[in-house]
Amino acid sequence: MYFQLTEEQNLIRETVRSFAEKELAPSAAERDENERFDRTLMFDKVAELGLTGIVFPEEYGGAGADYISYAIAVEELSRVCASTGVTLSAHLSLGANPVWLFGSEEQKQSFLTPMALGTRLGAFGLTETGAGSDAGGTKTFAVRDGEEWVLNGSKIFITNGGDAEIYIVFARTDKNAQKHHGISAFIVEKDTPGFVFGKKEKKMGIRSSPTCELVFENCRIPADRLLGKEGEGFKIAMKTLDGGRIGIAAQALGIAQGAYEEALKYARERKQFEQPIASFQGVQFILADMAVRIEASRLLVYQSAWRASAGLSYGKESAMAKLSASETAMWVTTKAVQVHGGYGYTRDFPVERMMRDAKITEIYEGTSEVQRVVIGTAVIRG
Amino acid sequence: MFLDLNEEQNLIRATARQFAETELAPLAAALDRGEQQELFLDNLKKLAQLGFMGLNVKADYGGCEAGVIAFSVALTEIARACASTAVTVSVNNMVCEVIQAVGSEEQRLRYIPKICSGEFLAGAFALTETGAGSDPAAMTTLAIRDGDDWILNGSKIFITSAPYAGVFVVWAVTDRSAAKGKGISCFLVEAGTPGCLVGRAEEKMGQHASATNELLLQDCRIPGSALMGKLNDGFRVAVAELAGGRIGIGSLGLGIGQAAIEAASRYALERKQFGQSISNFQAIQWKIADAATDLEAARLLLMNAAFRKEQNKSYSKEASMAKLFATEAANRVCYEAMQIFGGYGYTSEFPVERYSRDARITTIYEGTSEIQRLIIAREVLRSYA
Repeated sequence: MYFQLTEEQNLIRETVRSFAEKELAPSAAERDENERFDRTLMFDKVAELGLTGIVFPEEYGGAGADYISYAIAVEELSRVCASTGVTLSAHLSLGANPVWLFGSEEQKQSFLTPMALGTRLGAFGLTETGAGSDAGGTKTFAVRDGEEWVLNGSKIFITNGGDAEIYIVFARTDKNAQKHHGISAFIVEKDTPGFVFGKKEKKMGIRSSPTCELVFENCRIPADRLLGKEGEGFKIAMKTLDGGRIGIAAQALGIAQGAYEEALKYARERKQFEQPIASFQGVQFILADMAVRIEASRLLVYQSAWRASAGLSYGKESAMAKLSASETAMWVTTKAVQVHGGYGYTRDFPVERMMRDAKITEIYEGTSEVQRVVIGTAVIRG
Repeated sequence: MFLDLNEEQNLIRATARQFAETELAPLAAALDRGEQQELFLDNLKKLAQLGFMGLNVKADYGGCEAGVIAFSVALTEIARACASTAVTVSVNNMVCEVIQAVGSEEQRLRYIPKICSGEFLAGAFALTETGAGSDPAAMTTLAIRDGDDWILNGSKIFITSAPYAGVFVVWAVTDRSAAKGKGISCFLVEAGTPGCLVGRAEEKMGQHASATNELLLQDCRIPGSALMGKLNDGFRVAVAELAGGRIGIGSLGLGIGQAAIEAASRYALERKQFGQSISNFQAIQWKIADAATDLEAARLLLMNAAFRKEQNKSYSKEASMAKLFATEAANRVCYEAMQIFGGYGYTSEFPVERYSRDARITTIYEGTSEIQRLIIAREVLRSYA
């Protein structure tokens, strides 16, 4: 057992924290208010830091670092701006990672490398109106026509949707197969004829991160855009989401850490009954519970990241990390608003934004309920 | 980061598990009923012979130098079978460690090997008094110098292992005029010393085989050489050195929690209602998922605290976090495990009602959850000051 971070991992934390505090923090509230995605700030500059392909080998434009480094990067971005955190997580874990895991050499050259370098933004299209927790309900379908596939259908709740250039899209390729059989994964580029963007969602939180609908109407893509084997789509989606959970868990961890620090700062400054409210046990206990839950979640997140990089199984562990970190984020941000009292409910302080941002971490990339099913069945089956 | 056990730690864990499953688990229900106490004591001796009483103690004193992580995983395995045995092992290790840390070379050589070898079945801590629980500095037991000797008067309560302890670490006031906490010293009192009497045994909710008694000190005369550490430095010793005990109790809580979730998972697979195994129901799966996640987080917090102690880094905050989280998780897990068992879980036919009772004390002794939160908050606020 060795719990210390490496020098490189500590350096990544310092670098990302300094970027987040200097560059992201000043506009975080405004971008939230105006639902504004600032690509230069939230993606191009993140790419300059070498984060957009941090876990991929250098030959594909990555930084060759491990998953703990990646988790730290998402955590530090999210500590200040959860929207920037999810932009990176969706891009790397959901857009780029399936190409790394399942792509052909040519696909890696054409799509992974520009995503890793951060010249192109990635996204992931799995969810549909009727296929949320149950991806087996996918209705979008792809039909082979000569050297092309023809896509029809629509996808909703797509993070980075509209702004991303590369989309991993799941569609049914075998009409006779049921549920999770007969689904395939495709790489679809922005501006392909027949591929348009639908409604942009108005959200409670992570408002600076764009979320929109993808619509495919006789969208023709070359046959070589099939990712992995035909019919392998469900497996690709599940494998991708195993890794994605590390990113979202890290995002939740960062939100919790940010809110905790705000609460701590406020509790030490705010005076009532002639003393800082931090001197009251009622407030101290909230701060202590925040610290404990965050530390427990951090260890779960880093453990799942460590397992992913060490080549060990990490499906159950990343589900635990995501469940724990996201519920911790919700709890900590709610309590952080409480510590701030009436001020916390206003936009003069960042904790109300953090609380709204935290909520989604319990929902996307597998709800808490789905994580519990994943963990529960894994444990019961031993 | 590297989050696996090393070979030695794995071996110690496997040894502890094997002993726990073959010797401790079959006996635990009888011990809980107050039967076969002699076998409980026999097992303490066997555990000592296997090296479990001095896991983080130097070989010079009869310990096995296996480290704090090994101590934690061994304790968890023992508690998974029998919490009463586990608490005795935890306290014995802590007595050895405190003597090792604070005692003179003579004191170390006199007492530690006896506990490590099983010649003393136990060592005991005597800190708590009726009026000094979470606030130990409020103690009133008094030590007065008489020539070269000290004379102790007062009484201590809730003393684990008192009837079979060979040596007691006793805290007493040595300077009544000093500011609170500044006039307390620490002594080593041998069992059988005239005036050192084991008093009333507590009737407890759980952990029945582990004796908990009052300790009466009535004109108890001990030699000057019984003072451990510096004069009037005893309160600092209690606060600083006992943090390690929190890793022990947290590990104990984790072991009980693991036993409970394992029993509940097995039962959920077997038990049929509505024509199917109840493990098919999400209501049951979620309880098990939450329990497993809680316990995994607890394990990592414990390993992290143990790692820091082993590396000679500050670990007080981390030990408090681990103890708080693990023991509260153990209670939640036991509660839900009994819920999965339904009415059967409430009977002594299944072990979860015993686990629930055994787990309850873990959020109380060696620093209540409330005290752990105070320690954590204080450290956190200090670090941001």
